[in-house]
Amino acid sequence: MSERVLVLGATSGIAEATCRVWAKQGASLVLVGRSSDKLGAVAADLRARGAKFVETAVADLDDTARHPQLLADSINALGGLDVAYLAHGIMGEQQQSEEDFNAAAQVLYTNFLSPVSLCTWLSNYFVKQGRGVLAVISSVAGERGRKSNYVYGSSKAGLTAFLDGLRNRVDRQGVTVLTIKPGPVKTAMTMGIKGSEKFADPDKVAQSIVDAIHARKDVLYVPGIWKIIMFVIRHIPESVFKKLNL
Amino acid sequence: MATAAGSPQRTLSVPDQSDDQMTGKPPFEPWGRYPKYNANVVPLQWQSDFPAIVSRYGGMHNGALAVGMGRSYGDVCLLKDGNLMVTTGMNRILGWDPETGILTAEAGMTLAQILDFCVPRGYFLPVTPGTKYVTLGGAIANDIHGKNHHVAGTFGCHVPEFELVRSDGTHLRCSATENPDWYAATIGGLGLTGVITWAKLKMKPIVSRKIDYEGIQFHGVDEFLALTEASKHVEYTVSWIDCSSTGKNFARGVFMQGDHTRNPGELKPSPEPKLIFPFEAPGFMLNSASVAAFNTVFFHKQMKKRVTALQDYEPFFYPLDKVLKWNRMYGASGLLQFQYAIPWEHAREGTIAILNEVAKSGLASFLAVLKAFGDVPSPGLLSFPQPGITLALDFPIKPGKSFPLFDRLAKMTLEFGGKLYPAKDARMTAAQYQKSYPEWQQFRRYKDPLLSSSFWERVTREE
Ligand SMILES: Cc1cc2nc3c(=O)[nH]c(=O)nc-3n(C[C@H](O)[C@H](O)[C@H](O)COP(=O)(O)OP(=O)(O)OC[C@H]3O[C@@H](n4cnc5c(N)ncnc54)[C@H](O)[C@@H]3O)c2cc1C
Ligand SMILES: NC(=O)c1ccc[n+]([C@@H]2O[C@H](COP(=O)([O-])OP(=O)(O)OC[C@H]3O[C@@H](n4cnc5c(N)ncnc54)[C@H](OP(=O)(O)O)[C@@H]3O)[C@@H](O)[C@H]2O)c1
Repeated sequence: MSERVLVLGATSGIAEATCRVWAKQGASLVLVGRSSDKLGAVAADLRARGAKFVETAVADLDDTARHPQLLADSINALGGLDVAYLAHGIMGEQQQSEEDFNAAAQVLYTNFLSPVSLCTWLSNYFVKQGRGVLAVISSVAGERGRKSNYVYGSSKAGLTAFLDGLRNRVDRQGVTVLTIKPGPVKTAMTMGIKGSEKFADPDKVAQSIVDAIHARKDVLYVPGIWKIIMFVIRHIPESVFKKLNL
Repeated sequence: MATAAGSPQRTLSVPDQSDDQMTGKPPFEPWGRYPKYNANVVPLQWQSDFPAIVSRYGGMHNGALAVGMGRSYGDVCLLKDGNLMVTTGMNRILGWDPETGILTAEAGMTLAQILDFCVPRGYFLPVTPGTKYVTLGGAIANDIHGKNHHVAGTFGCHVPEFELVRSDGTHLRCSATENPDWYAATIGGLGLTGVITWAKLKMKPIVSRKIDYEGIQFHGVDEFLALTEASKHVEYTVSWIDCSSTGKNFARGVFMQGDHTRNPGELKPSPEPKLIFPFEAPGFMLNSASVAAFNTVFFHKQMKKRVTALQDYEPFFYPLDKVLKWNRMYGASGLLQFQYAIPWEHAREGTIAILNEVAKSGLASFLAVLKAFGDVPSPGLLSFPQPGITLALDFPIKPGKSFPLFDRLAKMTLEFGGKLYPAKDARMTAAQYQKSYPEWQQFRRYKDPLLSSSFWERVTREE
């Protein structure tokens, strides 16, 4: 049977690339995003590439009150659920967040609280059914706060910790929780950042994500080299780290 | 919305066009890496991004231009100090009809991506240039041609419909019957009439990846013309010609022809290229001695007068794509291509005269490609191809030497009633352009006031 996948933040560069891999495998997809124009284009593309079924839903995922209904409708449309994939997120402007708490709170809301709400509903659904994969994009930025983006980083650190705990609770009930930690990827989010032409290719990242879901992995660093880089970065003594310009 | 910290304001931050940002971005270079201009590079990820993006960058008062893969050699894909809107993120398939082979796709989709999708489904590009790393939008805007021009015409002949979006927000569906004047102005319209958001492309059925190939050695332009005449029903024909040799080897070459084989074979997608030219070669690497050696090796690689083979389409159409970024071979100063089309009336004498001039100059040209254009009319107002002969030569840029040669060749081309290809040009004068493309006057009515290119500013300058 074709895999039934719910994609939250489906217009993200990484998510769209991932969906293309699934489409080629003939998966059934429900795509959630903020813009119906964008969703329409993504959906048409996935249909042409071989997806068995594609449906879209327009929602601002900051609207946590809408989550239960949105999820119920999506699962209904798919006739069940095998994989839930959370990709939405914002980078925010670090400097703005330093000056204005509201800007920081927005980043924390979209990147942390909104996924926490979604994961809570979805994990409970999966526990009830006794299986399912919850794949969530966090970031290597959550491994250690750096002056250039610690607000974004802390939202991802919170998310990573939440997912660790959730896995600890639900894995034994048949539910896989995959924490995806990409290094810098060439998408709209990083466009214009110095050196972005050398960032990872979203199509390659996408393939690794699909493979990791298939293998029921717990944590994925992608590209893999970031596992080593972050190991080193985590082990720099704080007395040295605080003086670095990262 | 309920948040832990009250209601944070959702101020969507918009990047402003600061200097910092202009230098922080990777530069957008044309394939020839000449000229090099500063520009603000912004992505068009979605069809709805244009013209919305214009106000996000303060109105883009320095002008804007949509660009694709930057595979044009010169300045048609540049706008000095302006905004380059890179379309490659806009690469979605919007529709596919396996019965008719009509693909509807966003304009930033590359021909390589189209092949990956279509070949396993038994379809091939109706027209392809010598590299698959160009976008659908770029292929339309230069109304590109391939080795089958004599039977299939230009790329535009296979684009039944597309959408054009103007900077005032007008959306125009264009075809031979709907907004036909915009259709004609935009095909070969150098990106100046608006942004092409999506297009339909009529693909051609194939049963195998393989090409029935035949290579035939020839000496001189007359032998080339005789082979061209004899092969006019073969789908693909093109010749490589040695333009460094003089005397008895003058204008020796290999006439290469092929058809898609009719024997069914595997239709798997191409593997990704693994080779990448790793560094900028120092200027001395390419000199007349190394080129002459290369040309001799190439000529004699084909040992016999005639060679036939069953060849995969990759090496047949895209021999150079095997090495990504091969333009680095020409070093930091870059390369320039010279490509003319001379009508039949003067095609023979013009080609001989120009080949003589090149050989005499002693300036290296690795790749010289000779082909006869057929008489299938181009739908575009400003399209380059016309019945006759076209010759394309690559030169390393050496300002004191290659530019004077270029200028001599351009002058000769015009004297023979010919014209130069904007996609390959960085040198043609305004007077030369306006004389060889008289339709430019009529075209001006369709130009979008926001859009321009360094090419256009150069060739429409008052002299
Ligand atoms: C190795 C090599 C071999 C080649 N062989 C051939 C050949 O055999 N035949 C041939 O004809 N050409 C050939 N070319 C040239 C190439 O096919 C053209 O320059 C082509 O237009 C490049 O496409 P691009 O996507 O890189 O566009 P760019 O070079 O980025 O832009 C080209 C033009 O298209 C316009 N444009 C791009 N996207 C849009 C859009 N969405 N809407 C409106 N305008 C747009 C730009 O404004 C610009 O004027 C070759 C080039 C190389 C490097
Ligand atoms: N790119 C990287 O280098 C990188 C590295 C590590 C982690 N990540 C993470 O990877 C994920 C995907 O990012 P990306 O790189 O693909 O960037 P992207 O293309 O900018 O995608 C982000 C997506 O999130 C959506 N989104 C933001 N706020 C939303 C909201 N309130 N409701 C619904 N959707 C919302 C955006 O929707 P709109 O299209 O409507 O704006 C956009 O589609 C993010 O979680 C990001 O933090 C990225």
